[in-house]
Amino acid sequence: MAFVTEEFRVKAEKICAKYPKRDAALIPLLQELQKESGYVAEEAMDELARFLDLPYSRVKAVVTFYTMFNREPAGKYHLQVCRNISCHMAGAPGLLARLRSKLGITEGETTRDGLFTLSAVECLGACGAAPVMQVNDEYFEKLDESKLDALLEDLKHGKYPLKG
Amino acid sequence: MENILLRDKVAELEGYFAAGGYRALKKALAMTPAAVIDEVKKSGLRGRGGAGFPAGLKWSFIPGDAPGPRYLVCNADEGEPGTFKDRELILKNPHALLEGMAIAGHAIGAASGYIYIRGEFAAEAVKLEKAIAAARAKGFLGRNILGTGTDFELHVHRGAGAYICGEETALLESLEGFKGQPRLKPPFPAVKGLFASPTVINNVETLAAVPAIIERGGDWYAAIGNGKSTGTKLFCVSGPVNKPGVYELPLGVTFKELLEKSCGGLQEGKRLKAVIPGGSSTPVLTAEEAWLVKLDYESLAAAGSMLGSGAVIVIDHGQCMVKLLQVLARFYHHESCGQCTPCREGCGWLEKLLNRLESGRGTKKDIDTIVSVAENMMGRTICPLADAMAMPAISFVKKFRSEFEAHAAGRCCPPDAPVKH
Repeated sequence: MAFVTEEFRVKAEKICAKYPKRDAALIPLLQELQKESGYVAEEAMDELARFLDLPYSRVKAVVTFYTMFNREPAGKYHLQVCRNISCHMAGAPGLLARLRSKLGITEGETTRDGLFTLSAVECLGACGAAPVMQVNDEYFEKLDESKLDALLEDLKHGKYPLKG
Repeated sequence: MENILLRDKVAELEGYFAAGGYRALKKALAMTPAAVIDEVKKSGLRGRGGAGFPAGLKWSFIPGDAPGPRYLVCNADEGEPGTFKDRELILKNPHALLEGMAIAGHAIGAASGYIYIRGEFAAEAVKLEKAIAAARAKGFLGRNILGTGTDFELHVHRGAGAYICGEETALLESLEGFKGQPRLKPPFPAVKGLFASPTVINNVETLAAVPAIIERGGDWYAAIGNGKSTGTKLFCVSGPVNKPGVYELPLGVTFKELLEKSCGGLQEGKRLKAVIPGGSSTPVLTAEEAWLVKLDYESLAAAGSMLGSGAVIVIDHGQCMVKLLQVLARFYHHESCGQCTPCREGCGWLEKLLNRLESGRGTKKDIDTIVSVAENMMGRTICPLADAMAMPAISFVKKFRSEFEAHAAGRCCPPDAPVKH
């Protein structure tokens, strides 16, 4: 098995032990798989279904329901711009437009060099610091065009995590 | 008055303990579960996630004679647009939540609990894991808490991106490893919740208020606030104000006070047009309606809106109400779980109508259709997501109809709007 390896199984058993029913660990285990490879491959879903003794359809239903699961490899940096009401009022559409033009991609696409994936996402729960963008696991707040440009430069030069 | 929740120097266990932390847990464990519930009932504490249901009453619904395990679940799936208080509370005062959960666990007879935190809050989840480990090492969580024979195991469970999981039964489905689709009630979670066992689900802010209530008494807490809206509330203010952020104030504070005293007023050159007082799902208020309204459960209901999660979204005259409603419709359409036809189809229909109006291709009839679709969504679904779309839709059109009509007449935005679409 390429995804559900021996090493993964050891970790998985610990996670399963948090719940009285093993299948409750489905989402945390998918998160672990995504952490390893940056996305959840069809094969990974199949292997996880066997590991948890679940029908493949259950795993796929979960993966396609939740927005944080990538079904294709994402770029090294996943730029997720909040576009909900508070960020919208604070200039999110302008940030998105700038990213589209600077990176030459639109939402849902990845740059050819595999460095950046761009997404527009819904409320990130940081509205007091709007506009907000999440890059992988980190939040970048109170963004404006110059901060955004500086951030992109840092990322291009491999400076991540930026807050250390 | 002093803050109960957002305090300084309590982010780590040492600081929290030095400030008197975990004394309430010790006190609660020496009380009977019924006495703990009575104290919380006396405090008048109500759910801070949005619905405002009395916390003590919710706890008392757990059937005393039910065999098998019971569960306590903390809803940290903070996702209502405009809301960012639980995140701040977790970062600044995580042990108040853990202590509150251990006390609530004792009150309802739960030996284990889960904190369901939205997946995007990575740093916050790590903060909680560390806080739990520190509390366990000191004997405040885990087996045989403080040598009393009471067990309470606490786990952090991260969501995976779905607004609907903030609805408590969708959250339970998600926690069990399914798609987050709300369950029909009854049975209510108190009878059949997580893993088909009696379960209480409370918001972060609700649970974090419990230690102070136990330590200083329900009567002390009930004296804060306004009438039946007791205690302090975390207000999250976003929009064009000078100091957006989270402010802890007694319930019943006026919007004017919150804006002027806490947030330093509107940014220079901005004029107040509207306020969404309790998160994007609550009906919008005009500037005149909002100005002197008291921010508490009853006063906002009387004003035709809701306290909701305490997310105060400030809107200035530069914003186009049609555009903002379009942003919300896109959101609710995206987040509808798809189970109920009125919500699945209604949210999409509203989004299409608003796309049309916003692009200048709409008609006057579209405006009436928005209202009629929204009215037909209300109260006709398993969970309140349809209402959460319908309430802003109806109130935006009702209160700012001239802007919708201007769009239908081909004039896109109000004259002082910054962008022309």
